[in-house]
Amino acid sequence: MYEHDVIVVGAGGAGLRAAVAAHEAGADVAMVSKLHPVRSHTGAAEGGINAALQEGDDWELHAYDTMKGSDYLGDAPAVETLAKNAPEETMNLEHWGMPFSREEDGRVSQRPFGGLSYPRTTYAGAETGHHLLHTMYEQVVKRGIQVYDEWYVMDLAVTDEPDPNDRECHGVVAYDVQSGKIEGFKANDGVVLATGGPGQAFDHTTNAVSCTGDGHAMAYRAGAPLEDMEFIQFHPTSLPSTGVLISEGVRGEGGILYNNEGERFMFEYGYANNSGELASRDVVARAELTEVDEGRGVNDEYVHLDMRHLGEERIMDRLENILHLAEDFEGVDGLVEPMPVKPGQHYAMGGIEVDENGQTCVSGLYAAGECACVSVHGGNRLGGNALPELIVFGKRAGRHAAGDDLGEPEIRTGYGDDVEDETDTELPVQPGEAGLDTTGGVAADGGVTADAEGVLERTVETARERVDYLMEKDEGVQHAEIRAKLQRAMTDYVNVFRTGDGIREALKVIRECRQEYQNVYVDDPSRTFNTDLQQTIETRNLIDVAETIALGALVRNEFRGAHWRQENQIRDDENWLKHTLISWDDGEPSIFYRPVILEGENKTYEPKERSY
Amino acid sequence: MSTQQAEPESQEAPKDPEMQGAESPAAETQEGDGAVDQTSTDASELDGETVHIKVFRYDPEVEGKQEPRFDDFHVPFEKGMTVLDAVMYARDEYDSSLTFRHSCRQAVCGSDAFFVNGKQRLGCKTQIADLEAPVRIEPLPHQEVVKDLVVDMDHFYDQMHTVEPYFQDEDTPAVDDLEEQRQSPENREKIKMSSRCIWCGACMSSCNIAAGDNEYLGPAAINKAYKFAMDDRESEEIKEHRLRILEQEHGVWRCQTQFSCTEVCPKDIPLTEHIQELKREAVKKNLKFW
Repeated sequence: MYEHDVIVVGAGGAGLRAAVAAHEAGADVAMVSKLHPVRSHTGAAEGGINAALQEGDDWELHAYDTMKGSDYLGDAPAVETLAKNAPEETMNLEHWGMPFSREEDGRVSQRPFGGLSYPRTTYAGAETGHHLLHTMYEQVVKRGIQVYDEWYVMDLAVTDEPDPNDRECHGVVAYDVQSGKIEGFKANDGVVLATGGPGQAFDHTTNAVSCTGDGHAMAYRAGAPLEDMEFIQFHPTSLPSTGVLISEGVRGEGGILYNNEGERFMFEYGYANNSGELASRDVVARAELTEVDEGRGVNDEYVHLDMRHLGEERIMDRLENILHLAEDFEGVDGLVEPMPVKPGQHYAMGGIEVDENGQTCVSGLYAAGECACVSVHGGNRLGGNALPELIVFGKRAGRHAAGDDLGEPEIRTGYGDDVEDETDTELPVQPGEAGLDTTGGVAADGGVTADAEGVLERTVETARERVDYLMEKDEGVQHAEIRAKLQRAMTDYVNVFRTGDGIREALKVIRECRQEYQNVYVDDPSRTFNTDLQQTIETRNLIDVAETIALGALVRNEFRGAHWRQENQIRDDENWLKHTLISWDDGEPSIFYRPVILEGENKTYEPKERSY
Repeated sequence: MSTQQAEPESQEAPKDPEMQGAESPAAETQEGDGAVDQTSTDASELDGETVHIKVFRYDPEVEGKQEPRFDDFHVPFEKGMTVLDAVMYARDEYDSSLTFRHSCRQAVCGSDAFFVNGKQRLGCKTQIADLEAPVRIEPLPHQEVVKDLVVDMDHFYDQMHTVEPYFQDEDTPAVDDLEEQRQSPENREKIKMSSRCIWCGACMSSCNIAAGDNEYLGPAAINKAYKFAMDDRESEEIKEHRLRILEQEHGVWRCQTQFSCTEVCPKDIPLTEHIQELKREAVKKNLKFW
């Protein structure tokens, strides 16, 4: 058994920032990641970091843009915390040596991004995430923080009190990918989940193969609710063949979208008469698919993104990486021809419900970054707001886990007297009825009641039994088959445009996947670097997460942000200014709601119609 | 994932798993055509072609794989298919024990550097159509093989850490919390290429000197040091400290300018040039010459 004060699971932007913050607060910190830190998906972020740095801009404008962008589903205390802290945290990265793009006078450059009223996106070429990831990993190396790389965290060690609000997290169970050894990691002060997004629930995604929603699923099974999971962002510009991301920076620098008639459709068809290509992402994604649906798409599949007019010099200075991506993955030279683009799953606005300090309703369990929902992005995340979220809330989670007093949070978590119960939406099947393991147990039932070490030992034991079972089973179904089926159903039915019938169909497939998973087995008999085993465990997490996305999408019968419902194409503020919460309860999901907080420090954000 | 949308409809793409991994005992026990039906696309797009890949196999634990060998897979070809797409297809459809690292599949995580047709390349960035078939896919040379295409990267990481790869501004004037250090666009441009390293290890694997001298810092670590040494935001004192690390016996002077690192770098970093520039800096500073 390993023992540390704070265990950070995942080593991308949020995890690294949490680890450094906890270390600075005096804790003995360890990071546990299924990848080596520099392999994390934060490295693929391209666009930039929103921060009100310049005169003429201020945090209140940033907060306003974010609330509007969220379609009034962001919680004001979280949004304002983000906007207020982003400048200092961005400068902190600069002080750590991050190679930002520069102006002639040596100051960091900022550029326009979708949905922003001021050009406040700080960037490093079109590879901002790569530089952020490496800069922060360097700080972890500098401080000598212990990193267990290529250790896959399978479950959380949580006590099994009936009410999740009474539960405590004492650590994690992980296995060493290289040797197959399964061990407990005891966390004396707290566990911070920073495991990134669940994009692999879809088959056309900008997300890395490793983005399998592990943290979401583990926290969910331990009793922490998942919040607003229906809000999935589809990025308007991903390459059609692979899903590789083409940064919003292209449009920020002046890139233009054309349909197959050569029309600048964002204006021609009135999708966004003021902002055009720089409307927020949900608006642009719907516009593109509408063009394709109405027969104005290229090859009936995508539209064109043109940056040729920006000139080689500007492209090389600010978007060089985009040229390489278009060339390597689509065979297109962005200097001489337009690039094919279509919407691709990109980001989960929802996630593990946390407060401003990163804490879930389970004591000692924290989450930060894309796996968490605090909520700053509400119904739609603005481009350039993910990276400041990582550093602002990663830091807060790390500090709080290490014992720093950050004050009382305004956002509440878990089931309590401020929630609204249940839903009147009829669910198509009893979701979640089918369990996922013949070995039972794990944290699905909340773990066990005992002292910290007892809880951990028991959870390790269960994990070992589970792996033995999967390895010893000789036949059945393989994870790849189930995963592909799940991804296809989500892309077919829970995509940019959604219908109640489609979502019900998706839930049926998810249910089938659950049942098939009962019979899953691992074919590779080796304990050495068994990716078959790892992906089998990940697939279970994807099933849990996909189910919450589809359930949330089914019950929210309105149109808000990225969530579009054919039956009801208006935003229904009277009934839906509230967060969807799904918790794993007695072996099945249960749904409840918590009102959105629109009162900020100095003002209340009155919902208005969003126009761009 | 485009690879999963390819259905092997043609005669050349037999669904019988024994034909796919003929020498592989693992493949023989597999059902082979599992997920294919879920994701079929128009087979006419595939032109009925398959691509023949030969993949290095080794597992210290599994009896049939302790002796290294190559397995043959015939993967349905699709326009735009990369080496990574091909091995993922082989794994997902034919043999789930086929093991390799990969994650972002867009040339930034750096985890899928393989030795493809005799050259270090990123699997995700290498088009199958550009290669001569059969395509031989092996683990990076000069590194210990853990299993199949997975090599032990610990030594590589150790060398990266040796050069103190983190910004050191302790000697520079403090800046306000909300004020950046100034850096000229020219200086940023100077370090730009060096800052693109994704730690894939291709350069280290291609370097003859590193192969013969385990203590040689190697091109990636030296390039990492270059990024800091050439950054005007660090002080002259720390720059000198960095050069002292680099001019040690197993540092920059070991480089024999064979350019193999530069040739294989998937991010086009001029590694050899950076190493030469650091040698010149060391000479200018009168540092010890080995």
